[in-house]
Order: sequence, then C-alpha cells, then structure tokens
Amino acid sequence: MKILNLAKQAILVPAGIQDADIEKIMARLLTSSVDAADIYFQSSHSESWVMEGGIIKEGSHSIEQGAGVRAVSGEKTGFAYSDRIELPVLLEAANNVRAIGRQGQEAQIGLIHAANTVQYYPVANPLKSLGEQQKIDLLRQVDTQTRKLDHRIEEVIISLSGVHETILVANQDGSLAGDIRPLVRMNVSVIVVENGRREQGSMGGGGRSDYNYFVELNRGLEYGREAVRQALVNLEAQEAPAGNMTVVLGSGWPGILLHEAIGHGLEGDFNRKGTSAFSGRVGERVASDLCTVVDDGTIPGRRGSLSIDDEGTPTENTVLIENGILKGYMQDKLNARLMGVKSTGNGRRESYASLPMPRMTNTYMLAGKYNPEEIIKSVKKGLYAKNFAGGQVDITSGKFVFSASEAYLIEDGKITRPVKGATLIGNGPDVLTKVSMVGTDLELDSGVGSCGKEGQSVPVGVGQPTLKIDGITVGGTSV
Amino acid sequence: MQNQQEVNRLKDIVQNLLDEAKQQGATAAEAGLSQENGLSVSVRLGDVETIEHHCSQGLGITVYFGQRKGSASTTDLSVESIKETVSAACSIARYTSEDEYAGLPEKALLATSFPDLDVNHPWAITADEAIALAIECEDAARHYDAEITNSEGASVNTHQGIHVLGNSLGFLHGSLSTRHSLSCSVLAQRGESMQRDYWYTVARNANNLEAAVEVGQKAAQRTLRRLEGRSLSTRQCPVLYSAEIASGLLSSFIGAISGGNLYRKSSFLLDALDTQVFPGFVHIHEQPHLIGASGSSAYDSEGVATHTRDLVTDGILRSYVLGTYSARKLGLHSTGNAGGVRNLTIDPGVLDFDGLLKQMDTGLLVTELMGQGVNILTGDYSRGAAGFWVEKGQIQYPVEEITIAGNLKDMLRNIVAVGNDVDYRGNVRTGSILVERMSIAGQ
Repeated sequence: MKILNLAKQAILVPAGIQDADIEKIMARLLTSSVDAADIYFQSSHSESWVMEGGIIKEGSHSIEQGAGVRAVSGEKTGFAYSDRIELPVLLEAANNVRAIGRQGQEAQIGLIHAANTVQYYPVANPLKSLGEQQKIDLLRQVDTQTRKLDHRIEEVIISLSGVHETILVANQDGSLAGDIRPLVRMNVSVIVVENGRREQGSMGGGGRSDYNYFVELNRGLEYGREAVRQALVNLEAQEAPAGNMTVVLGSGWPGILLHEAIGHGLEGDFNRKGTSAFSGRVGERVASDLCTVVDDGTIPGRRGSLSIDDEGTPTENTVLIENGILKGYMQDKLNARLMGVKSTGNGRRESYASLPMPRMTNTYMLAGKYNPEEIIKSVKKGLYAKNFAGGQVDITSGKFVFSASEAYLIEDGKITRPVKGATLIGNGPDVLTKVSMVGTDLELDSGVGSCGKEGQSVPVGVGQPTLKIDGITVGGTSV
Repeated sequence: MQNQQEVNRLKDIVQNLLDEAKQQGATAAEAGLSQENGLSVSVRLGDVETIEHHCSQGLGITVYFGQRKGSASTTDLSVESIKETVSAACSIARYTSEDEYAGLPEKALLATSFPDLDVNHPWAITADEAIALAIECEDAARHYDAEITNSEGASVNTHQGIHVLGNSLGFLHGSLSTRHSLSCSVLAQRGESMQRDYWYTVARNANNLEAAVEVGQKAAQRTLRRLEGRSLSTRQCPVLYSAEIASGLLSSFIGAISGGNLYRKSSFLLDALDTQVFPGFVHIHEQPHLIGASGSSAYDSEGVATHTRDLVTDGILRSYVLGTYSARKLGLHSTGNAGGVRNLTIDPGVLDFDGLLKQMDTGLLVTELMGQGVNILTGDYSRGAAGFWVEKGQIQYPVEEITIAGNLKDMLRNIVAVGNDVDYRGNVRTGSILVERMSIAGQ
C-alpha cells in the first residue's frame, strides 16, 4: 500500500486527479462489448552525464509524463494517450478509444487499491542518491584511474545515467496498482592505439538501484579496467574464422543467445498468431536435456526485474524450457486471455505512449555440471566467444544473429589467440539441441541490456553458464 | 491557417524559454519544441487489430554559461514547467566543465531563407477509411497465393508534426511536416519452411503512396520467394546489395565521415579527405532542398542552413559531415549536418537490376541483413544475411543462415557497379550496389 500511495502522491495529486475521476474515465471506456480496459499513468525523471576528453562535457535532465488509455474488445484494441494528465483530456481520449467496441451502456466500477505483495528494488530516487558534485567526482575518479591503466589509452568516455519512474495502472476490474522503479547505468568506453592501430573496448553495468551501486565494490573502476582489457585484447586480434564450427560461449552477457534464439520466439503474441517458429510446440523437445531456461522478473535489483509489470500483474519466475522440453510462453493479459492461460507478468510497454505487449524480463539458463575449463579442454578446434554486442532474430524463420566483440580460437583444448569480432548466425528452434555441455558458472549480465520490439525499447537482463554448442556458423573473414 | 496559428503559439513558447534562460543568467541558449499528431490503424486477417490516436509534445533547451553547458527537456509545456526546465538546465551547467569548443553556431551560418519544400500534406483520412485501406492491402497479400498461410497484418499511419527551433542569436523558425505510410507483412508456408517478409510505402503526400494492392502483392511476392531457403558453403564471392538494403552501406560510410567519430578518432576513414575512398565512377551528394522528399529541410538541428553539396566526386572524398561542435574540434566549419545528412544520393549507373545480376554472373544477392556487426572504428564488417544464390546472371534459389563479412574500407573501394533501380523511399537514395568480393560463412 505504501508504494501505491507514494505513486499517487507523485502523479495524481499534482494533477488533481481523484479516485472518482479514474472511476469516471474507466466507466467511459467500459461499454458492453469491451473485454478489458486500462489507464496507465507514468511520470519519469531522468538524467545523464558524459565525461569525455577529460572534461565533464554534457549533462541533461528530462521529465516525461502522461497517461495512456486502452480498451480491448476480442482481438481489437483502441488506444490513445496524452502528455497532459487532466480529466477532460483523459475523458476525451476514452471517448476516442471506446469506439473499438460496440456502443452500449456505460459500466460502473469501484476502485480497489491493490497492494504490491513484494518489492524487488528500493523506492528512493536514484537521482538524489548522490549530490551533483559527488556524481562529478565519481566520473572524474573513474576517468583518472582508467587513464592510468595503460600508456596506449588515447581516449576514455564515461557516461552515467539514472531514471526515477513512477507508474500507476487502473484495470477494468477496478484494481489500481502502482510501482516506483529506479534504474541506473554507467558505461566506460576506451580507445587504445598502438603502432597506428586503433581499437576500442567498452564495459558497463547497473540495475534497479541508485548511484551508490557504482561506488560500492569500486564497480565504476572495474568497468574501466574491463574496458581497457578488452581494447588491448582487440589490438592483438587477427582475422576471425568463417564457417560452421564448435563454439564455447562465455558466462553472463553471452546469454543474449537465449534472448534472441528462443526468447522472442516464446513471446505470447507471436504464438497466439502462429507466426513464431515455436508456435504450437509446447511439450516438444526444443533443446538438449541439459538446458533449462527461465524468464525471471523477480530477481532483486536486476535491470530487467519488475515488481509488477505494466499491466499491474506481479512478475514471476516462468519456466520456458525444462530439461530441453518447451514448457510455455511469456504472456501479457491480452494474449493470455485469447490463448486461455494466465498472464505471466510479462506485459511491458516503453511508456504511456505505447501499447503493452509480451516482453522478456531477465532470461537465463540454469547451471549445469561441467567445470568451464573442462568445457574448453573438450574442444579440438573451435571458437571461444567471451563477450558480445547486440543481436537480432526473425521469429518466423527462426534465424538469429548475435555479434561477438571478444573471441579467441580454441586449438587442441587450449585458448590460443584472440580473433576479431564476428557475427554468429543460427536457427533458434535447433541451436539449443546442439548444446552438449553446460557449465557450473551461471552468471547474469552486468546490467546493460535493452531490447527493441516494434519500435519499443525496454531494459532487460540475460544470463547463462559457459556453454558448448556443437556447430554454429561463425561469420569471420578467414575462409 | 489553424496550423499557422499553432506554429505561432509554439514559437512564442520557444521565445519564452529563451527569454527565461537569459533571465536565469545564461549567456546563450538554444531551444526546440515539437508536437506530433497522428493516427495508426492495423488490421490482421481481415479485421481491425489496433486503432491508436497519437498526440505528443516535448520541449528541450540547452543553455550556455560562457563555455559551460547544460540541457533539459520535458513533455509538460506549462508555464511553471518551462521555468523548472530552464533552471534544471542552468543547474547542470554549474557542474559541467569549460569546453572551448562548446557554443551556438556562427550567426552567419544560420538559415535566413525558408523555401517551401512541400513536405506538409495532411491526410484527411478517418479511422474507418484507414481500416478499409489496410484491409484492401492485406487482402491483396493473403489472396495472392495459396502458400500465403498467415499474416502479421497491414497498417496505415498518418502523422503531422510541428517543429520549432530557436536560439539566442535571433533564429526562430517553425515548420510543419507530414509523413504517411502503408505497410504489410505476411507469412508463407511450404512443408517445414515458414517465412515472413514485408513491403511498405511512405510519403510526405498520401497521393504519392504506392497503391494498397501493389504493397500487398509485393509483400506476398517477397515472402514466397524466400521459401525453402538453404545455407551456402563457406566461400568468397561477389555480393549484390539490393537497393532497399544498400542504403545501409552508405549509412556506414556517412558514420565514418561524421564529425563525432572523426574528432574521437574512431573512424576507419580518418584523414581520408581528398583521397580515393570509392572507385572513380562514384559520385555522392546531399540534396536537402529536394521538393517533397523525406529528408528535406532548409536548416539542420542547430538552425544552420543546409546546402546541396558534393560529398564524393570521382570516388574522392570531398567533404566531411559536421555539426558546429565537431567542426570546431576539427578546426573546420559546420557543414549544416547537425542531426545527419539529408536526402543523400549516389548517382545511379546505367545498369538496371537484371543488368547487375548479369554483370555479377555468379554470386550472392543479399536482400536482408541482420544484426549490428559493423565496427566504424576499424571498418570490420560481419552481418547475418539472407538472399539468393545467382549463377549466370539468373537467380537460382533462396539462401539463409549465412553471414557476409569484409572490411568496409575494401568494400567501398571494391564497388563494381551502382544500379539505376533507385529506392526513393528513405533519406538515402541508392540503387543496388555490387561489391566485387566478400567472405560468406555458412554450413
């Protein structure tokens, strides 16, 4: 209840919107043929700071707020939004939206305050967690220390950003739920130069926490150290191999494999419509029996975690694949209703100005029984891909890519030399059937992921232990 | 007329912002405001899926206190919010560093004439009419062939935006623009093979959109031709980038000659000015004043006048792409490219698409690229691809689950031909581009 009251204080009180006003808007939305409706209020304060060339170069502050109203009738959705949280504006939006259903009697609803059962992150405003001067000092300290790490460093660029977001969502059953979501992120990228060759390295992290996260355990400095290490490795990298080969993926961020290869294909909307390569395959084998994959929005403090999703549903730890068998999909309310199942708390939206849809939270594979060294040792000839940039998938054909940013050759069971980044391409429905060893070293990423779908971006997490895949196409130049 | 009144109202708000910044002690300031209205409808399997009414606004301000700057933005245009936004920007400027290169553009470079570029054509279409149009489009795709088995639907979008930009040097201008589109995406199935593809049309003026039936049919054709794709063995061969994706190659080139990457020395084209970057037959220019085109504008995102100009002639790089800050860092002047290039055009060659296939003879036609595997610092390029295998100038079979790789520096220099099959839809206008040789990785 405490969170809900704070959220109301932040959004409704300044706008002069009362519970009775929400009831009035909802009543306007709920004509007889409307199956579901919601009103989503959002207020988001964010800032970012950039240090480059040894100076604090940029700083910006941003306030975004508004409300979106939605009415759903069968498979049809009507939606309107406004940057102005004002009763007449929202009533007008509701008028536009309810045209989606047949005209009829307005329904009456009474607002019930929903209590969040669990909260997975602190409510405090991260933007206020450090004073402005302390934020600057943190950036300067990371900059100075990072530049000292190696004489080949030419440039260091550091960014620090924080978001303090408050949401409220009212549903047609009368429930009103709220959430307060902090999110911080820091990134260090470096350019190194040696004998005229220039390379870069980059590392960052964050989560649903405040800026002290980067001070604790010297995380900011660790990002700098890691960025420099990667850049120096790249200075040595030679042409990457091309062709189908055994690939060992490192733990943590390489879990982007799961996000692209199977995650998107298991989102409820694509499966309801039968457009995914995984459609209609629940109960079938889609991975080797070593693989158990979950989507878990409940991990405290993670970038992809949510106490409730953007439809007010508490998030869950949803098993997607268990011992290689496809168990289920990730659902929002609309698709869950149409498929006759319940929402898994995966209904997310970029903002009040976008419609919610099934999205991932933190997607990862559970640990297996092999020591990571054992896995490397088992490979006669192959690639060890330790770090990745982004990825993409075609959910219909199942083809997906993800791009290695740090990789090494494995020869006779040993990691030998670094190779340039290359894109890996595979087929989602069968890549996990080729997983022949799963490591003990499950790790989640450091908190940098953003996922794009239909133009909407949301923060997500991924993770996995070290994995061996017996055959995936590596897109190097060395033919 | 009502529109012009609204532009004037928003110009007043921007002037208030600038005045407020001065009031709060800023020595210079720049402010922008945009307001967008629109309607999007989507249909699927012959019925309405979503109707979305768009209405959004936002303003942003950058203030300078001498050489220190701060920025702030908000979606709330109320008087109190304007004050708070300006003070948020000012308070940030207390903590940023003196940067000798920071500041507004030189006054002499600001746009002073504002030709009508014919980019504002509101489309008086109702939700019901838009639904009917989308259904017509999707029907054309669904009924094109029995192997079209499912659909992701068709959608119609119409948007009008008002953008106002002002700065404390006296620049204050507002412009209206529209953008309308129609798109369709369907699935085809044959045995185990399921594929999806799409087509879209976009224009400033709805009269210039492709016919709905044509869009639907193209979506169906593009989907069907992908069925039963296979991988290739790993090899090196010529690669033909089809016109609709060739723009990506030119965008990577633009990234490498953009000020931000140049002054950070994170470009594979450092110090390439006046050197041979492309073969001699390549000419690339920017045409920001094209009538009715998608990238047309008389000024850039800082108010600097845009100019029709050559970037590459005879394959030689003639100019960088610079905004005010990056230009000063490089000791140069802004080229009117804050916010990017506008209507980038590569001169078409003599060959049409079939002519390019014949010239390639045997190689890979790429029609889709996946992932972001492009490193602008080193030029290293490795991306997922799908397309068609070509022998003796004839398409043989669809190809998927392969990558194409090379280094952009070599790829640009080894362009063999540019087609006259220009895709005029986007901000980069190019025909298909044939690259002499790349590495293909597959089974």
